[in-house]
Amino acid sequence: MPSTITPNHTDREKKRGLDDHEGGHGRRPPTDKRTGGGGDNDNWNDRPSGRRGPREKLSRARLGLFFALAGDLMFFVAIVSAFFVAQNTSHIDSYNRYVNQWLPTAIPPILWLNTAVLIASSFAVEIARRGMFRETDVMDEWLGLGKPLTRRVLPWLVATTALGFLFLAGQWVAWRQLAIQHVFFSSNPSSHFFYLITYTHAAHLFLGIGALITSLTALYASKQLETRQIIVDCTSWYWHAMGLFWIFLFALLAFCQ
Amino acid sequence: MAFPRMNALGFWLTALALAVLLASHFVPGGAAVSGWTAYPPLSAIAATGPGQGLGLDLWLASIALFAIASTMSSINTLVTIVRLRCEGMTWDRLPLTVWGWFTAALLSVLAFSVLLAALLLLFCDRHAGTGFFIPPGDIVNGVVQAAGHPGNGSPLLWLHLFWFFGHPEVYIAILPGMGLTSMVLANFSRRRVVGYRLMIATTLAIGLLGILLWGHHMFVAGLNPFASTAFSVTTLAIALPSSAKVLSWIATVWRTRPRYTTAMLFALGFVSLFVTGGLSGPILAQPILDEYLHNTMFVVAHFHLIMAMAGIFGLYTAIYYWFPLVSHGRLLSERLGRWHFWLTLYGAYNTFLPMHFTGLAGEPRHYAQLIQIPNAGGRLLAGTIPLNLHITISAFILASAQLVFLYNLARSLRNGTLADQNPWEATTLEWHPRLAFGSASEVEDEAPIIVHRPPCWYLEATPGEESYLPQWSADAIHDIKRMKPE
Ligand code: HEM
Ligand SMILES: [Cu+2]
Repeated sequence: MPSTITPNHTDREKKRGLDDHEGGHGRRPPTDKRTGGGGDNDNWNDRPSGRRGPREKLSRARLGLFFALAGDLMFFVAIVSAFFVAQNTSHIDSYNRYVNQWLPTAIPPILWLNTAVLIASSFAVEIARRGMFRETDVMDEWLGLGKPLTRRVLPWLVATTALGFLFLAGQWVAWRQLAIQHVFFSSNPSSHFFYLITYTHAAHLFLGIGALITSLTALYASKQLETRQIIVDCTSWYWHAMGLFWIFLFALLAFCQ
Repeated sequence: MAFPRMNALGFWLTALALAVLLASHFVPGGAAVSGWTAYPPLSAIAATGPGQGLGLDLWLASIALFAIASTMSSINTLVTIVRLRCEGMTWDRLPLTVWGWFTAALLSVLAFSVLLAALLLLFCDRHAGTGFFIPPGDIVNGVVQAAGHPGNGSPLLWLHLFWFFGHPEVYIAILPGMGLTSMVLANFSRRRVVGYRLMIATTLAIGLLGILLWGHHMFVAGLNPFASTAFSVTTLAIALPSSAKVLSWIATVWRTRPRYTTAMLFALGFVSLFVTGGLSGPILAQPILDEYLHNTMFVVAHFHLIMAMAGIFGLYTAIYYWFPLVSHGRLLSERLGRWHFWLTLYGAYNTFLPMHFTGLAGEPRHYAQLIQIPNAGGRLLAGTIPLNLHITISAFILASAQLVFLYNLARSLRNGTLADQNPWEATTLEWHPRLAFGSASEVEDEAPIIVHRPPCWYLEATPGEESYLPQWSADAIHDIKRMKPE
């Protein structure tokens, strides 16, 4: 073996000031574009792109969110596996009868509407997310020309929040409708799961709405462009994930009872 | 750290979880009696015994908090390792300790959320009138429970969910210790870790297999025999990467003249206990043998040697090794450390090794009382009394040995000898002079720390001071050549 291996991408220049961005008012514009031009490859430093630079903190937060969502996915996977186990559990009672108590819960039709609302909200939040990275606006803001991003993104975030509330209201109506039919959480193995799944998912959406409200406040309160971008970006990905989870959970409740 | 606040939150939530757990001793009925596995229906119905009411609710709350806290700090660990390695720190230069933490954090993220779901279901069974885990016609203390709990729930479902968490959890507990052991053994025998890449691979393989074999805890719980076979195969498979690790540890110290510091002794103790405790694993992993051994003291011997003892030896290795980093440069007393080590080793083996024999003789686990039991059971247990006496005495020795440690800790924090900047001649970054105690002020603005080589770069042939190169040192011939103007 060679006695030493030279480090990858050593960058001995002191570029501290560039690494921690002073609220988007650093010396370099906060975009991922190479700004050196002239083929001098002035790409902040000689690392592979994406590791250091203006998006570093963003990608870090995204990765954290990704791991959190992986954990969350396992949470729902556990519940869904339990769903199938319970569905197929049966016993022989004392009269030697084969008993499987699973009575499929007919889902209230309003869930279809709710699903559509949630999908629509995902579109809204995606528009907001992309808006946060619109290059011309980002540059405007960096040059100190007001907060065009906030103006552009705010309505979409408000729309998402409204749609989120609408979805939750719709879920509430669904629970009411089932209760009128005397289907409660404790009625039947199948209804256990219907309520458990919709409740836990609703709890997740409440968290998401909390994040949306945080984003809205951040759009007003935070001076740092980067912070705002991170909060809106992570909120949107979380929201997308909850939408996706819902589609699978809804399909499970609608078609696999 | 990528998310220092989240990490701190995780830490304090863990403390809160501990407080809640301890608080459960002081509520009416006392703490839960259903053990760490909390099997239903015992845990699902408050009427099953003292402590199964509020005590168990607090237990659930505590474990749920702990699950959330662990997930948070694991996310921080993962992102930090993936994104914030310093320059030159490639994946294969990452110390094995960090690899251990990395794999453990991956397992935590996947396993703890399943535990959380299981806890939620159990909570609903207890308070929302569901019956996920309660079998039909369940009789508790002569009362049929089915009335309040519809459905045909299945306790086996809890076992699946719990052990899907529970088995990864035991590896979460041991993987960092395994990594540290590799590094410490190499450090004090001044050798490179034998098969460094292979050790990384086995760490990951243990992590992967670790989530595929939870069923080995359920061989006699009514699992389909075919499923048992599958779980038996994956369980036996994990013995391969584990043995590879043991071989690497032995090969790393083989024919060297190690410095027998206390940290080194504890690392060697780790290896010894891991082997002793691990060997009974493949025995238990065979359904047909487990049929007899399950729920006997044999299992208790297995996991106390490997998890309780080897795990704790890993902790002690870490404390003796890293103490100067947290104590303003003071070392723990080596003399007291040796006393601590030998007494603990003696106590560990004498407490847990005989449990294999009482287990083989048929002593069940979880029993608080072995005498005055009528009939054949009593006669069987009477035979184990002499060994149990020995176990009890040894356990007391084991416990008192820890007093030596506490005394050492208290004494050395104030009067310990001051260490050099790098007292163990270690090669990994935590010993970088810039991070050493007392050097913080002078080095406001220095070049960033850069890693130049894999860890444990000990040059065996050359004796004397400079026979090793830390990861951060740039002074190798090749490097000097490279830095000349091109
Ligand atoms: C070669 C590797 C290993 C194998 C084949 C193995 C196998 C087994 C089996 C089959 C059981 C179930 C016994 C029963 O309940 O009847 C068991 C229990 C256990 N093992 Fe291992 N094991 C191994 C390594 C480990 C390690 C490394 C740890 C922890 C650091 C560990 C911790 C435990 C614990 C805590 C239990 C008991 C859980 C309980 O019932 O409370 N094992 N092991
Ligand atoms: Cu296991």
